[in-house]
Amino acid sequence: MKIAVCAKQVPDATVHKRIDPGTKRLDRTGEGALNPTDVNAVEEALRIKEARGDGEVVVVSLGPSRAMDSLRKALAMGADRAVLVADDAAAGSDLVATSYALAKALERESPDLVLFGQQSSDSDGAVLWAAVADRLRRPLISQVAHLTVGDGTVTGKRQTEFGYDVISAPLPAVVAVSDAINEPRYPSLKGIMGAKKKPAEELSLADLGIEADRAGEPGSRTTVVALGPPPSRGDTVKIEDDGSAASKIVEYLAEKRLL
Amino acid sequence: MTTLVFLEHHHDPAGGAELQKGSLGVLAKALSLGGDVAGVVLGSGVGDAAAGAGAVKVFVCDDPALASPLPQPRVDALATLVARTGAETILFAASVLAADVAAGLAARLEAGINWDVTDLVVEDGELLAKRPALGDTVMVDAGWKGTPRIALVRSGAFDPAERAGTPEVEEFASELQEHSTLAELVGQEQEEASGPSIEDADVIVAGGRGLGAPEGFRLCEELAQALGGAVGATRAVVDAGWYPYSTQVGQTGKSVSPKLYIACGISGAIQHKVGMQGSGTIVAINKDPNAPIFDFADFGVVGKLEDVVPKLTELVRARRGG
Ligand SMILES: Cc1cc2nc3c(=O)[nH]c(=O)nc-3n(C[C@H](O)[C@H](O)[C@H](O)COP(=O)(O)OP(=O)(O)OC[C@H]3O[C@@H](n4cnc5c(N)ncnc54)[C@H](O)[C@@H]3O)c2cc1C
Ligand SMILES: Nc1ncnc2c1ncn2[C@@H]1O[C@H](COP(=O)(O)O)[C@@H](O)[C@H]1O
Repeated sequence: MKIAVCAKQVPDATVHKRIDPGTKRLDRTGEGALNPTDVNAVEEALRIKEARGDGEVVVVSLGPSRAMDSLRKALAMGADRAVLVADDAAAGSDLVATSYALAKALERESPDLVLFGQQSSDSDGAVLWAAVADRLRRPLISQVAHLTVGDGTVTGKRQTEFGYDVISAPLPAVVAVSDAINEPRYPSLKGIMGAKKKPAEELSLADLGIEADRAGEPGSRTTVVALGPPPSRGDTVKIEDDGSAASKIVEYLAEKRLL
Repeated sequence: MTTLVFLEHHHDPAGGAELQKGSLGVLAKALSLGGDVAGVVLGSGVGDAAAGAGAVKVFVCDDPALASPLPQPRVDALATLVARTGAETILFAASVLAADVAAGLAARLEAGINWDVTDLVVEDGELLAKRPALGDTVMVDAGWKGTPRIALVRSGAFDPAERAGTPEVEEFASELQEHSTLAELVGQEQEEASGPSIEDADVIVAGGRGLGAPEGFRLCEELAQALGGAVGATRAVVDAGWYPYSTQVGQTGKSVSPKLYIACGISGAIQHKVGMQGSGTIVAINKDPNAPIFDFADFGVVGKLEDVVPKLTELVRARRGG
């Protein structure tokens, strides 16, 4: 079975995320990391492959060339290959443009199963899979917290506002997993060394036959008109625990008459 | 200028389909912006559901293929309706179902989609979406290039209005794409709540994955007991089976507004935040100084739960004489 995992590089959690006021795009110059919830998707793909004893896991991404550094973490965990669509003309792609480019890259791979993570930490969309599934014309199961892969079918259990739904679909299918689905492994030293030798391919838009007006800003259908400060959140206090935090919380609560 | 509002309904086991409060809030907002506004109800045996919308035009597609709460046949139905009505704006209230319908429709129609929208305004005749981004650290005015435009509104952004009268219902039929009916609902579980509801509690001590294991919840339970409060949880731990679904706070769980909310080992994802930001005072304990929860907690402690929470419980007990 061939499994493609859509994963992206995001600013590392320690980087203060900001939108560049000039370009009105996310500043991606700081340190990057593999999007945390995509690590769960990689882990799930590896577990499916291991349980079946055969297959291939390929990571598919759209992002700048340097995103490959983050995709290597997936290779170090055990993924077989990485495919990165990197092109200056793709910068500033919104959901319409991103889903088009990813669908093109996925069509080229033609996997049995496409996995997505729960959400990008820089967009908080948790929606991209639905656009990609529509373009690929494949059945979709999203927010899956428990996944079983049978012969030619996938079944996912997922939470909704009303309880849990169990949904089944024939392969090939698109599945987005939640961050509760598994506890990802850490890459071993051997895995990290081995990742350097694994195939890591960079593709341009032209390589995938993507027309210039369907990528980047020309291919996007949304705009950022203005940026402003967030709604005020009042006074906040943050302290480091030096052994006295508990009594400081009690003092604070007493002052607010909450005890 | 026609605006369509996706009116999500839920079939409760006792029978009957009810329109969701979030969608009715978006409908109220759309009506306040003016223009032609119509609701859309998509389902099977949902004839009565439209009544909840009040006196407004409602398009209804009643089709057995729409019986289950699955997104793809709904994308087909909305695409059919947009082609027929020439609708320029399609609005959704965020939900597990609506998000997938909205994004699928965006791809189908090559339409721009803005999500996490907390307000919609018309400026110089153009629709603008206000949406906080990057963990609510910046407010973005987002627009669309051309039409149709799609917006996914954040949970709780708009309140429904009292709507009297009966809707003017127009039925329509939808063509279905082959791939849209391949996914199938094979089971559903509804969990009955047990114990007192967290929605009524004055104090909530909520736990997340930082508790490390199901047993970790003991820390929260003891503190909650000392404070006379209830225990809440994040989706991550509920989905992992550590704590019951009925205690989940957030977008797909409960919305709570206690006087005091103590978040233990919770990162503070937007979907959790929307369910508890109305709390009077928020205290957070997390070992990661970069956790987003510190951006909106009134009092944050960077520290380990195992160090802070037991001591806190002891001090509270001593003070309250418990
Ligand atoms: C459509 C959708 C709907 C969702 N609905 C909901 C919802 O209703 N409710 C909800 O909660 N989530 C919801 N989520 C999920 C949400 O995005 C987050 O994934 C989830 O809230 C994370 O839960 P968490 O904070 O427990 O786990 P994590 O994000 O893993 O955070 C755990 C935190 O614990 C801290 N920690 C670890 N060990 C310790 C220690 N020893 N001491 C102190 N701190 C420690 C870590 O630093 C970390 O910040 C939804 C997501 C989507 C996409
Ligand atoms: N540029 C990208 N390249 C590859 N996968 C992506 C990209 N952006 C988002 N994804 C995938 O889509 C999921 C949801 O993203 P989002 O809708 O942006 O929150 C992520 O968890 C990834 O699995």
